[in-house]
Amino acid sequence: MKLIGEKGVRRILLGIAFSALSALLLIALFIMSEGLPFMFRYGLKGFLFSSEWQPEIGRFGIFPMIVASLWVTLGAMVIGAPLGVAGAVFLTEFVPRPVMRIVKPTTELLAGIPSVVYGFIGVIVLAPLIREHFGGPGLSVLASSVVLGIMILPTIISISIDSILAVPQTYREGSLALGATTWQTVHMVTVKAARSGIIASIILAMGRALGETMAVIMVAGNAVKIPHSPLDSVRTLTANIALEMSYATGLHREALFATGVVLFMMIMVLNIVAGLAIRKRGSKR
Amino acid sequence: MFRKCAILVVFTPMFLLLGCGKAKVSFTLAGSTAFQPFAEKLAEQYMTTHKDVNITVQGGGSAVGIQSALSGAAQIGMADLVTLPEEAKALTATVVARDGIAVIVNPDNQVVGFTAPQIRDIFNGKVKNWKGVGGANAPITVVSREAGSGTRSSFEQIVRDITLTKDALIQNSNGTIRETVANDPNAIGYLSHGMLNDKIKALKVDGQDCTTESILAGKYLLVRPIFLLVKGEVTPEIKDFIDYILSTEGQQTIKTSGLLPAK
Amino acid sequence: MRIPPRLTQAGAFIILGSATLLTLAVLAFIIGFVLQKGLPVLSLRFLFTNPQDMGRSGGIFPMLVGSVLLPLLAVTLATPLGVGTSVFLSEYTRESRVTRLIRFGTDCLAGIPSIIFGLFGFIFFVTTLRLGWSILSGGLTLAFMILPTIIRTSEEAIRAVPKSFREVSFSLGATRWQTVRKVVLPNALPGIVTGVMLGVARSIEETAVVIFTAGSSLRLPTSLLDSTRTMAVHFYILAREGISTENAYGTAATLVILVLTVNLLAYWLMHRVMAKRS
Repeated sequence: MKLIGEKGVRRILLGIAFSALSALLLIALFIMSEGLPFMFRYGLKGFLFSSEWQPEIGRFGIFPMIVASLWVTLGAMVIGAPLGVAGAVFLTEFVPRPVMRIVKPTTELLAGIPSVVYGFIGVIVLAPLIREHFGGPGLSVLASSVVLGIMILPTIISISIDSILAVPQTYREGSLALGATTWQTVHMVTVKAARSGIIASIILAMGRALGETMAVIMVAGNAVKIPHSPLDSVRTLTANIALEMSYATGLHREALFATGVVLFMMIMVLNIVAGLAIRKRGSKR
Repeated sequence: MFRKCAILVVFTPMFLLLGCGKAKVSFTLAGSTAFQPFAEKLAEQYMTTHKDVNITVQGGGSAVGIQSALSGAAQIGMADLVTLPEEAKALTATVVARDGIAVIVNPDNQVVGFTAPQIRDIFNGKVKNWKGVGGANAPITVVSREAGSGTRSSFEQIVRDITLTKDALIQNSNGTIRETVANDPNAIGYLSHGMLNDKIKALKVDGQDCTTESILAGKYLLVRPIFLLVKGEVTPEIKDFIDYILSTEGQQTIKTSGLLPAK
Repeated sequence: MRIPPRLTQAGAFIILGSATLLTLAVLAFIIGFVLQKGLPVLSLRFLFTNPQDMGRSGGIFPMLVGSVLLPLLAVTLATPLGVGTSVFLSEYTRESRVTRLIRFGTDCLAGIPSIIFGLFGFIFFVTTLRLGWSILSGGLTLAFMILPTIIRTSEEAIRAVPKSFREVSFSLGATRWQTVRKVVLPNALPGIVTGVMLGVARSIEETAVVIFTAGSSLRLPTSLLDSTRTMAVHFYILAREGISTENAYGTAATLVILVLTVNLLAYWLMHRVMAKRS
């Protein structure tokens, strides 16, 4: 290491960071360049707020799909986030360490199961269940939210577990020494200290839920309608892109890339909202 | 020490792979997902007797098949359409097989068959309840393929005047349509005749069953050809492969795999 | 009327415990479902022979190879890049508007649909750089895709290392790089490994990106420029076209076993490394 020296290390790391970030910038620019021109030519209002999606006659309104994506992602977060954080807290603070050491890699196993398998199980098992007990076609917002909620669990659980484990033991000991119970320590001290990581996991999970394509195509039903109940069949923005991209040409293709831009904007907005929520609730690090 | 071993183990296979050579003649087929598995099987058989040829088969849908053939991304495009669109007129098209489209419902559904106008009304959304066509009192769940599917284009073209109802569910493959209809007593859909199994029931169309015999006899309505599309000059290697598919052996493979021969 | 702390503790235990049990039940169901339908198909023949008859019979050896090579390439590229970037951002720069912007940017990129990555990979690597449908195109695109996750999880792991650790190291006369190498990284290792494992899992299961960049060739790849099919893609095609649901489940079961093996191996390795250090 003496060969390179401190300054050298700094330069190498700068180079690495620079390449990584430019790679990511490349993708962002790619999406923007393919999609933005269309948005301005077609008209933002017509694109974002019209409900007519008929590429054959040149109509590209994606409003129902924006609503669908929001509902489905929200549903997934409502299911996945509480379950995930609760599971992470339970596994680190209320259960012997060896148990956690086995359960954690096993939940990460869920992350390795292809989204198409989730989708397939959704079609065969979940959709009929929903149809029989709740009504509707089964392939619905509810089915999509459940499947996505399960898919994001590994991300939330694993990263949250790591964040909670990283809280110094002295914090817990101090709290317990003051007479707090384990639960009081957990929710007033440990989880607060691990907040940054837990929120990061939720944000990553939200991104995943919003961007998931394969599983959603199979269980959402893909009808282009604005949902009025969780039992309605919907088409998310991602499903729309995937269903039509392979054969779309010209304006239609540009419209699909523009849909990608909208997705990017949506995730930016969701992230900003999440960031503001954190800042409001507590002090900065 | 351990770390060095680990690095070696990881990187050796990758370096070994970097160099290896490629076969003398290579071409790609791309397009119809319905025909893709059959193309793969035919390619596999062809390559056992032609060891210097390397054939790769990709999917993407009939529309991708036409586009790839036009752009050169693939040397042969596969399309399962009733009639080829404008842009495909520039390509040399050869019919290599035929396929019937079955209209399917859940085995628990009592209906036995429909006329073409009835099918049109159901898929247009004019008839929304099964009792309007002789079935139980339950809403009809229409399931269709996505807009770029050759199966869908053929279906809509043959039945004519179909503007798919906005309430239709869309699945993007034959397999998921089959699973959807198999799991929903009120669903109706369509798929390739070769995909029929006992989890779903095929309806009679205009009184005709969807069987190999009635399709070959020309009695069944929903039949579409499968085209192989080549741009410009057909090179000898490609011609040889297409001839193989059209030969007795190739057509026999097509028959035993579930499609119908070209003639 | 205050509820005694011991009661809230019991209540919390029950609620959190139920949530965890629910999660584990779902996990058990999914894995059980896949294994129950897939294990009967598994055999040494299935794993080590080539597919025949469009995948209706024969094995899945080329797909097994593809499922190992693609994630390997992706992770080999993304991990140094990702960890290096997060080290630089947390240790070598001060918290500022720029770093916050970068963090925000990587969070957003983590949410881009896989199909867009697939298209990007197709247009950039397959077409523009003329790599064609190949393992190289697939690995590079997958690396891009898992990069944001690795950057963010590594960054969180590094930031979680208490400042005091670094201060002690500096007070002993260590340089910044020495501190990073010997104090920060070892302590952040579990978190970094989690990020990498999530990236590996993502690469193994990803379907859309792989189809667009590595293609779906059934043949055994012999070079990095060959197209290949991964087990996830194979399942996708077998199930989609209804070719063979048994083999599809067999493929899925193999995948599950592969991911489990990789995970357990990684964690075992990590514990050995950490045990050595302490």
